[in-house]
Parts: sequence; structure tokens; C-alpha cells
Amino acid sequence: MSADPQVTKRHGEVEAIWRAESRRVLATLIRLLGDFDLAEEALQDAFQAALAQWPQEGIPANPRAWLVSTGRFKAIDGIRRRARFTAWDEVAEQIEAIPAAPGPEDEAIPDDRLRLVFTCCHPALSLDARVALTLREVCGLTSEEIARAFLVPLPTLAQRIVRAKAKIRVARIPYEVPERDALAQRLDAVLRVIYLVFNEGYSASSGEALTRADISAEAIRLGRLLIELLPDPEAQGLLALMLLQDSRRVARTGADGALVLLADQDRSLWNRAQIEEGVARVSEALRSGRFGAYTLQAAIAAVHAEAPEAAATDWPQIVGLYDVLLRVDPSPVVALNRAVAIAMRDGDAAGLVAVDAALAGGELAQYHLAHAARADLCRRLGRRGEAREAYERALGLAKQEQERRFLQARIAELDHAPDAAAD
Amino acid sequence: MKYMCLIYIDEELYSALPAETRKRCEIESIAYDETLRKSGHYCTSDALASARMATSLRHENGRFSPTDGPYAETKEQVAGFVMIDAKDLDEALRIAEKFPGARFGGVEVRPVIQIG
Repeated sequence: MSADPQVTKRHGEVEAIWRAESRRVLATLIRLLGDFDLAEEALQDAFQAALAQWPQEGIPANPRAWLVSTGRFKAIDGIRRRARFTAWDEVAEQIEAIPAAPGPEDEAIPDDRLRLVFTCCHPALSLDARVALTLREVCGLTSEEIARAFLVPLPTLAQRIVRAKAKIRVARIPYEVPERDALAQRLDAVLRVIYLVFNEGYSASSGEALTRADISAEAIRLGRLLIELLPDPEAQGLLALMLLQDSRRVARTGADGALVLLADQDRSLWNRAQIEEGVARVSEALRSGRFGAYTLQAAIAAVHAEAPEAAATDWPQIVGLYDVLLRVDPSPVVALNRAVAIAMRDGDAAGLVAVDAALAGGELAQYHLAHAARADLCRRLGRRGEAREAYERALGLAKQEQERRFLQARIAELDHAPDAAAD
Repeated sequence: MKYMCLIYIDEELYSALPAETRKRCEIESIAYDETLRKSGHYCTSDALASARMATSLRHENGRFSPTDGPYAETKEQVAGFVMIDAKDLDEALRIAEKFPGARFGGVEVRPVIQIG
């Protein structure tokens, strides 16, 4: 092997270019070839060719255009080689249908990535498949990485991706950004996938902590990509929400891995840069006047982030934001969160009334956090029996180990409080 | 690309509707077929008799045995079909959304694979 330092250096450069450009090249190859699998194969072939040629011959002026046209050529070559098994005119037809490679400054390229995002998040695919396909095709994660992060057996995950790709091909799910009238609805599906990816990384129940943080980082990267390609206030709001939640990551768990509640977190551990960006983005989204539930949740997260200490939180503003959120996107969980904010603004007794009203709908009966919230309020109001009962119900429903430990600790505290004997 | 659009309706709900509502749906369906014929999306369509009129053949233990009723016992049953020609799934879905009969249930859109 060559030990030429120039060649070794170029090897590193090839890999850096690959990391920066491969997803864009894939997006364009999918458009040209009209087939996910063919495009992936062509991408790998193009990379092999780059590794073989660039270190010796130098890096081309426009590496991305080089990779696209090489990938296109390799795909045509592959179709020809397989021609031995198919009729010739069919092959000629297939090759003729492939458009010419775009020029270096082709404007369609940023669009190709947006097309890829919308295709992978098409509502005709199952939600699981959308998530898996987006991480695989848009983010470039391997099937192994995705399976590990979502705790799905690899064959299951691989099947999901194969089936989704087959449906895209067979049912002809279009590779395009939807037209204006369908865009809003389809953007919702895209935002939902991104947030689902983020949450999997942010509040997952188990798995390797490192992998999970990576998944959240991917979601944030996807959010940035989406805004770069399609500036939409609600996409802006979602990115703000993810940044603000992620800014608290380090403070959310104690040294022993136990969950630390927002009020008890060491705020000096919060990521200031992420907070600043999140607050700026949420303000921009709010100013547009065309925002939705993600922006409102981000606004609530921003109010928390801006309080120097828990006691200084602007609860009236948070209750106000929850009022709007409840109108825009009514759900029992939003009603519960609003009830907790009311407790902070108006006192525990008022909060308990609001929590009980949220629970009265019946939809929260199996939601452990609803019972935990009720328990906390009862405990603070000195209604120890009711508090214990609610903590027990929450514990019976909680599945996440950290949350279970937290609830067990609260029950133990109730039992050991000084006036426990009198209860 | 051809797509078979299977229109599912809740027969119980549909038969409980006033006669003029059902008649209107029928007229609208015929008119919509005509629109699709003009735009070049139409292949063929028809309504089906009630699922209560259905007989299903099931292959069991090496032979077919007929049973009374539809293939799947669900609230909604196939009531009609329209075969359309569309450029991709999104176009097919946009067309299928407007089937008048689908307002009483839904539509399943399936790509047709040409054999041979």
C-alpha cells in the first residue's frame, strides 16, 4: 500500500466530503433513478470510485456533481450488466427514462432533499416506517443504529424499511414536495416524525444513553434542514421546542441516574447557547402569527428557560399559553399540564380542583403522571391518605425505571414524615 | 398507473338514510364518473349489491367451501369500485377523496399490478 502522506491526507479528505455530501447525493440519485435501492447501490459505487480515484488524481472541483454523475453512470452500467436476464428493449427503455445528471449549480438539488423528507414521511406509510425510513435515508443512520435506538430487533426494523420502500415503488408514492393545498397537512406528518425521533432520544425508557442522545441530535439536525429548505413558522417552533428541551438534558438526571424535576434542576447546567437560539426562534415563530401547537409548547419551555430560578417562573404567562394551547390542540394531557400550572399560580387547592377536572374526563385514568400530579398536590395540602393512594396508582402505571424510583421515594417520604404516626 | 379504488360503506348507516339522500349520492357518483372520464382518469366502475348478497369461497383442507356472507365480517363492506388511471398515489388519493359514496365510510386505494 502507498504510504505517500499526500495520498493518506487525501483519503481523509474523501471521507470528510463523503460525510458532508452523501445524503444530498443520495437525494438527487433517487430523483434521477426513481428507485431507493438502485440509488443506494449507486451511491456506494460512487463512493468506492471516489476512494479509488481521488487520492491519486486529486479531488474534483465539484465533488458533489462528480458523485452524482458517477453514481448515475454506475447505475446505468449495472442495469446493462443485468441485461443478460431481461429483454433488450426493456433495458433501453429503462435507461432512457433516467434523466441527465444535473449541472453543478442545479437548483433542483436542495429540493431533492426536501422531496426525500416528504417522501419518507408520506402519510400512506405507517408511522413506524416513516420514522425508520427518515432516519435511514435522510439522516444516513444504519439499520443497526436505528434498531438499537428504538429497541426493535434488527430483522423487524429491516423488514419495515424494505416494506416501506416497496410501497413507495409499487404504489408510486411521489418523490416530490406536495402542492400548496396539501402541504400543510403533509408538513404536519413531517413535523410529527421529527418530534417522535426527538422524543425517542430525549425521554426513552431504556437503551444506551449515548445512542439516545445521538437520536435527539439527529432530530435537531433534521429540524434545521427542514427550516433551511422550507421556512415555516411551525417548523421553526418545533426546532425551538427541541432545542429548549434538549438544553436541560444534563440537568435532568442526578449523579445516581435518578430523575431530577424541573423545579429542582441545577440551572447552571442548562445549555445557554441552545436556550438563546430556542428563545430567538420561538419569538420569530410567534411574530409570524401563523403558528401551532409546537410553537406554543416551545413558548412555554422558553418561559421556564428564562427564569433564573424555579421560584421566579412566570406562572401567569404559562397558564395563559396553556389556555391558547388548549384551544389550538385540545388534549387531556394539555389540560393536565395547565392544571399543574394553575396550582403554581393560584395555589395547591385551586390546582387540585383543576387536576380533578382534567381526570374527570376518564381519558387520563391510565396516565401515571396524572395520578402523580394529584398525589403531589394532596401531599402539599396535607391530605396524606389521598396522596398515598394516588402515588400507589401512579406507581402501578409507571413503566420507566427512573420514574418508578422517584415515586417509591415519595411514598417512603410520606411514611417517614414526622407526623406519620398521627395519620 | 392503474389504481383500484374500493369504496367501503357502513351498510346499516347507509340504508337508514332518507331515500333522497341516497338518490343524490347515486346521481353525484355518476356525475363524478363523467368528470373522471373527461379528465382521462376513468377506467371502469360499478356498484355492488349488498354484502348480505355475498357468498365467499374459502380454501380449506384442500378444497373450496362456500359460505354465506362477505369475506370479512366488519361493519363496513365494499359497496362499489372505481378503477382509475393516475400518475402517482397522491393523484389517486386526491381523486378517491371525492367519491360521493365514500362519505359513508371510506376508500381503499390499491395499485393494480399488470400481470403478463
